[in-house]
Amino acid sequence: MADSAQTYETGKHPELPPPRTEVGVLGWIKHNLLSSPLNAVMTFLAILFLWFLIPPLFEWIVLDAVWTADSRKECWDKMEVPEGAACWAFITGRFRLFIYGFYPEASRWRVNLSFVLLLLAIVPVLYDKMPGRKFGLWYAMAFPFITGWLLVGGFGLTPVDTDQFGGIMLTLVIGVTGITFSLPIGILLALGRRSKMPVLRILCIMFIEFIRGVPLIALLFIASSMLNFFLPPGTVFDLLIRVLIMVTLFASAYIAEVVRGGLQGIPKGQHEAADSLGMTYVKAQLLIILPQALKISIPGIVNTFIGLFKDTTLVLIIGMLDPLGIGRASLADAVWSGLSREVYLFVALFFFICCFSMSRYSLYLERKLHTGH
Amino acid sequence: MASIAETGPDTRSLIARLWNDQKARSVIIQIVTLAMVFAFLGLILRNVVINLETVGKEFSFGFFLYPAAYDITFSPFIEYDSRSTHLRAAVVGILNTILVAVCGIILATIMGFTMGVLRLSKNWLVNRIVYCFLEFTRNIPVLLHILFIHGLVVTQLPVPKQAMNFADSFFLTNRGFYFPQPVWEPGAWIVAAAFLISIAFVVFFIPWAKKVRDETGRIYPVFWISTGAVVGATVVAFLAAGMPLTWAVPELKGFNFKGGVAIKPEFMALWLALSYYTSCFIAEIVRAGILAISYGQTEAAYALGLRPNRTLHLIVIPQALRVIVPPLTSQYLNLTKNSSLAIAIGYMDIVATVGGITLMQTGKEMETMIVVLLIYLTLSLTISGFMNWYNKKMTLVER
Repeated sequence: MADSAQTYETGKHPELPPPRTEVGVLGWIKHNLLSSPLNAVMTFLAILFLWFLIPPLFEWIVLDAVWTADSRKECWDKMEVPEGAACWAFITGRFRLFIYGFYPEASRWRVNLSFVLLLLAIVPVLYDKMPGRKFGLWYAMAFPFITGWLLVGGFGLTPVDTDQFGGIMLTLVIGVTGITFSLPIGILLALGRRSKMPVLRILCIMFIEFIRGVPLIALLFIASSMLNFFLPPGTVFDLLIRVLIMVTLFASAYIAEVVRGGLQGIPKGQHEAADSLGMTYVKAQLLIILPQALKISIPGIVNTFIGLFKDTTLVLIIGMLDPLGIGRASLADAVWSGLSREVYLFVALFFFICCFSMSRYSLYLERKLHTGH
Repeated sequence: MASIAETGPDTRSLIARLWNDQKARSVIIQIVTLAMVFAFLGLILRNVVINLETVGKEFSFGFFLYPAAYDITFSPFIEYDSRSTHLRAAVVGILNTILVAVCGIILATIMGFTMGVLRLSKNWLVNRIVYCFLEFTRNIPVLLHILFIHGLVVTQLPVPKQAMNFADSFFLTNRGFYFPQPVWEPGAWIVAAAFLISIAFVVFFIPWAKKVRDETGRIYPVFWISTGAVVGATVVAFLAAGMPLTWAVPELKGFNFKGGVAIKPEFMALWLALSYYTSCFIAEIVRAGILAISYGQTEAAYALGLRPNRTLHLIVIPQALRVIVPPLTSQYLNLTKNSSLAIAIGYMDIVATVGGITLMQTGKEMETMIVVLLIYLTLSLTISGFMNWYNKKMTLVER
């Protein structure tokens, strides 16, 4: 071996490339997959797991799936192995039901318009470089009321009964309302819980701890069965409104705890500095404390929103038809029964897309607002 | 001076003066708030009284002593049949809630810690697989998981006649999981006594060993001695008492299995779904907790000559637990509250019994819902109280 035997003067050794097993694909594999015997075994098991999971799953969901058919039987007849693949015809045939619920055909343009308005409202809230964002934000605040009018009707539009709401539209109605109203209420509750006035503080603590101590489903049962007893005799209160109130209160208690965590992270000096500048309580909170506290609590707030969005499925237990409810109701149809996996997968995909993008956005926001050291 | 003359005697009205005094203002706000709250509650109470009168209902909890007249298929702890009272049905419901919550918490903790550690693995592939599973599971409503697993259990598992058979004593069917029930014979008390005594010994031994370690530096193999004592004493007592134990093996009779212990599909579905759903959140908490402990701690321990497992045991885990426990508590609470979704698949927990069928049968919305709320509040407060106690024990005692 001439190369290794050759001697060099001190400092004259030519620079050699790193060994081939340390860089590039080989190096990556060596370090990330085979760094120790245990790791090698785990890699092997993981590959085995994927090998047995991915191809059959892909065949079931995409390759062998049937996209158009009129009944389950026709679906299964079209397959090489009956029941051997997904029957998406069930979902595609009822796609409108999944989106609009039982909203009257003639008025569905109102739902479509609301979807567009929702997108228009979300953009200025999420994207801060948009020109004219200030007007966008004002619009976003007015949005729930505009859409409320659009969907429910009245004042010139044909009224639509709220028990005809359903599907993805119902989920969005509950989710968006809950998110919009629970944030301000939650912030007020958090401020109340940290207030120096004992009465306010105790009331807020009692409210928050009560709500956090009981499951949402119990509150929904109260909304559906008991709340009417609380109202003046003769008042008829729409079930959807009752559910919206309960979901909002529920989420606001959790938001309050998240925001309280943020408030606790603000050093006392900030309060004192605001006081020494002669700011009133409201000004100090709005301009100094809350902007900082909310910034710290963004991950928690978004997590609460994701939780709220997922919890909207619970309304199916009190008989409202969200996508999951629609799916289960459709399964009761004898022509299609037995396709629960397709339904669950479809609804799961919808929730996954919504919730995953929310959590990604929160990560992005966290990085953007990170002005620390 | 002019300015004093101007501000001198306060000529503003009494209310304006009080409003500008911070203390007086705070008192006014509180009195007004309290008055409003009481007025609101009074109004609600008045409405409730009037409304109950109009529909001719009476507010009383007396119905709890009437026969419930409905069946509960899963009551592993106490006897229940359709002639039992609503009160007994409520107790069965509470026990079922507690059972699924406790089992769920245990399984979720085990799965969560495992996945949290795997998520920190240097193995890229394993890391990614766990990550995908976590993200996919976390972002889907828990109700969907419960319904999905329940559907799988009911439709995919075989009927009792073609049960999956493990060694002729464990049977997995779509009616449930059946396994042999231990039947104790006379003399079993010796085994129980030995078991309890050995536990008592361990309870005294662990603090003593810790004290010896702190004072002299002598380290006992605490884990092995404790396990050995409990297992050894129990086994010796079991043999000495002449093995007072037989098994009631489940057998196929007609369309279903008889004998043995049965775990109903509803329980299985709820338990599994709640556990793996919650474990995804626990995994993230565990991962964050371990990452929060700087590597310097491990290096310092190595520098002091501690072996790796002692480092983990004495340095890393105690510090990580401090970060992990508070969010873990809220996950446990979430699991307990989510167990109320049992009603969707017909597992008879407290919401399904008292808040469901009892409510339907008696029409007592107010009373049943109050009972359900109180029970959940008690459960939540108990769990958070226990975890707070544990957390206080674990917190850093600073100088």
